[in-house]
Amino acid sequence: MIAVVTAGHGLVLAAILFAIGFAGLLARRNLIVVLASIEIMLNAGGLAFVAAGARWGQADGQVMFFFILAMAAAEVSLGLALAISFRRYLGRLDVDRAERMKG
Amino acid sequence: MTFLFYVAATVAVIATLLVVTRSNLVHALLYLIVSLTAVAVVFYTLGAPFVAALEVIIYAGAIMMLFVFAVILLDLRSDEAERVPARAWAGPAILGTVLLVELTIAVASSHHGGPGAAVPPQRVGETLFGPYVIGVELASMLLLAALVGARHVADQRDEREGPDAPGSRPSDGAAQ
Repeated sequence: MIAVVTAGHGLVLAAILFAIGFAGLLARRNLIVVLASIEIMLNAGGLAFVAAGARWGQADGQVMFFFILAMAAAEVSLGLALAISFRRYLGRLDVDRAERMKG
Repeated sequence: MTFLFYVAATVAVIATLLVVTRSNLVHALLYLIVSLTAVAVVFYTLGAPFVAALEVIIYAGAIMMLFVFAVILLDLRSDEAERVPARAWAGPAILGTVLLVELTIAVASSHHGGPGAAVPPQRVGETLFGPYVIGVELASMLLLAALVGARHVADQRDEREGPDAPGSRPSDGAAQ
């Protein structure tokens, strides 16, 4: 199979997805949606790696996506454990409730 | 293949926009699954079938399953739906647009945006377990640390009872 998609278009798609995830991260207050926005941004970063790797026909981009995937899995498992702990101590999943330390 | 790329890219962008704008949490997570599956199609059209399979199995399968399990465990029925006023979107939308324009200009002004070439899974495996094998070991240690950390953070035990409080964890006796 010959890939004919221009790598630059893949990079632009990665930029669009990253910007959407970034805006969601800043605007939303629900902790689960904040974590989902971080996942969107990590996925966009992986897409940029794969598009750049495909441009040069090298496997390194896909290897980097593998590492990003492992990091995202570790991050989301800890993040969701934090969400469960957060709700137990602060009542609701609103990140504004944690604006004070030890509060 | 190019047509498939643009269809999947459009679906991914629309689904991702819906993820960050829906106030219903379960709807947002389902749109996120749609978005990740569309990105998997994008990976396939970019000539990366191994990564496309990983995206479906691990991202859309395992990680999203973690999100759904967290929603089940949290029992969010008593929470009122999150309302984001329109003016709360103004700042993030402006900053996101500026970031997008910068990145697009950076990509468009580079001279390396030519057509790509497919990378078969065999070469990915040879690279992953050749020069990058130490990274694979580090990733396994990271995942183990995340497992232990998540078990510790989500521990049900009340801090005031202390680690050796009797009866704080009735399942401990059964486990031993």
